[in-house]
Amino acid sequence: MKKISRRGFNRLLGASGAAVATGLAMPAIVNAASARVVVIGGGFGGATAARYLKRFDKTINVTLVEPSTKFVTCPFSNTVIGGLKPISYITHGFDGLEAMGINVVHDLAVNVDAAKKQVKLAQGQVLSFDRCIVSPGIDFKWGAVKGATQEIINDIPHAWKAGPQTLLLRKQLEAMPDGGVFIISPPVNPFRCPPGPGERVSLVANYFRTHKPKSKIIVLDPKKKFSKQGLFKAGWERLYPGMVEYRNVDDDGVVREVLAGKKTLVTDFGEVKGDVINFIPPQKAGAIADQSGLSDGTGWCPVDQQAFESTLQKGVHVIGDASIAAPMPKSGFSASTQAKVCAAAIAEMLGGEKPGTPKFVNTCYSLVAPDYGISVAMVYGFENGKIVKVKGSGGLTPSDANDYHLKQEALYADGWYRSISTDIWG
Amino acid sequence: MKLRIPIVAGVLLASAFGIGPATAEMAPGAVLANTCYSCHGTEGKSLGAMPTIHGKPAEYLSTTLKAFRDGQRPSTVMQRITKGFNDAEIDALAAYLGQKSK
Ligand SMILES: Cc1cc2nc3c(=O)[nH]c(=O)nc-3n(C[C@H](O)[C@H](O)[C@H](O)COP(=O)(O)OP(=O)(O)OC[C@H]3O[C@@H](n4cnc5c(N)ncnc54)[C@H](O)[C@@H]3O)c2cc1C
Ligand code: HEC
Repeated sequence: MKKISRRGFNRLLGASGAAVATGLAMPAIVNAASARVVVIGGGFGGATAARYLKRFDKTINVTLVEPSTKFVTCPFSNTVIGGLKPISYITHGFDGLEAMGINVVHDLAVNVDAAKKQVKLAQGQVLSFDRCIVSPGIDFKWGAVKGATQEIINDIPHAWKAGPQTLLLRKQLEAMPDGGVFIISPPVNPFRCPPGPGERVSLVANYFRTHKPKSKIIVLDPKKKFSKQGLFKAGWERLYPGMVEYRNVDDDGVVREVLAGKKTLVTDFGEVKGDVINFIPPQKAGAIADQSGLSDGTGWCPVDQQAFESTLQKGVHVIGDASIAAPMPKSGFSASTQAKVCAAAIAEMLGGEKPGTPKFVNTCYSLVAPDYGISVAMVYGFENGKIVKVKGSGGLTPSDANDYHLKQEALYADGWYRSISTDIWG
Repeated sequence: MKLRIPIVAGVLLASAFGIGPATAEMAPGAVLANTCYSCHGTEGKSLGAMPTIHGKPAEYLSTTLKAFRDGQRPSTVMQRITKGFNDAEIDALAAYLGQKSK
């Protein structure tokens, strides 16, 4: 018989594979009963990793550490800010994970010790692991822009982590009089969800058009261009003519200082006053990365892009926004697809096998209006130790897409949200 | 020693269900399929607007995916996705997803 490479194969047949094996009266497929994996973070990366580890190999002992008892997603949070959906639509619990036999601990991890193979929690508990997966998302570089400190976020929300900040921005927009000015200032690259600011502008514009039509939106962007720019700008011109003023780096778009008390942003050549200001600070990997020696000088975490094992701390894997996985963007879809690859690699490594060749997909849907959706997609392969775009794949919604196409994409955006959130939290 | 059991199980499964073996350069169908679930739902069972792909036979899946890729079947996004997969990968995907319907 031809020699069969076992790479990424036996362990990964998933639920049906296990069922078939039982049908054939096979004994328990894998004996990794003693293997312990601790996952830090119950968001897109972490919760996916925990669930897929269990799907690949039920016998792995999986503990998930997450301070919150509910996770509120950033994806679709712009629909809450725009008044289209209640926050309950984007809020998920962890019952689905517990039902799979995952041990969910609601606490904050304060340190990952790769040498001792231990995670220390804020309340003193210590968890031992054979492998650890860290998916803490982002933290902000407070003070990197003058005046943009943690103290101002109750007046100037970032709403770039979903939850109370999402509701605060919504409340401020509701309280704003018609004819008011909303300013949004996205951060420099790299940051979580490149098309997120464009979608936020769109759905606030949609709210203004229907409720406060005399209002204006000013975007102060420190970059040259932004994700899906052509598609967004075409949509704004068509649906919200005259409402959005976009200023980039060449047009005095760089914010030098935030004057929270005066609701003012200071640029090189002037000051811009708003009624509601959404300042999104520059970003880095979640704090646990710095605390555990997982991040480098960039503020993000270098990993081998096959198993997402840290190149700085052996046995510790970093996925999602915190990891350096360029050319993949920092998105929930990316985090989840990376988590599946990482979980598969760990299941293989715990069984003494080598991780298989990975393949990734990302698609970011954005709503320009409730019935007007656009997307950017890409398939990624793995060559010479690096994640690479598969030539010829992916791309944007065509610029000449007709109304039916755009409406379909808006429906699919919601379909995507329902599928991925159920895939992750059950 | 324990690892011998999964090898046997793997071979049996591979031959019983026509799931092509993984090669060093190619991710197996089971791994490739995980990337589809983010849109089509876990195991391809969708709750929302995305079509359900669970329960479709392998032949249908393989033909449909290639038709998306080659532009013979119109799509909003599937052409952009399938252009990232070669024939062998599509066949592995279709075989893996297809055996779930049996
Ligand atoms: C407005 C907006 C819209 C977006 N829209 C989309 C979209 O449409 N599609 C898309 O794909 N992506 C979207 N994103 C991006 C997406 O939210 C992120 O890329 C994704 O959440 C990254 O997943 P993650 O696992 O890295 O981090 P997260 O999902 O943020 O999860 C991190 C978790 O780790 C926990 N944590 C952090 N530190 C610790 C610690 N020390 N101990 C224990 N737990 C800890 C946190 O509490 C959190 O629950 C959007 C983002 C924004 C801001
Ligand atoms: C970004 C979301 C997304 C991803 C990822 C995705 N699909 Fe799709 N799929 C769709 C949409 C949307 C349609 C409907 C056709 C269209 O407009 O593109 C579809 C249609 C299909 C169909 C046709 C269903 C039918 O009833 O004929 C099949 C088969 C399919 N997809 C298989 C897959 C496979 C296999 C994968 C993984 C490689 C995959 N899809 C990944 C969104 C996605």
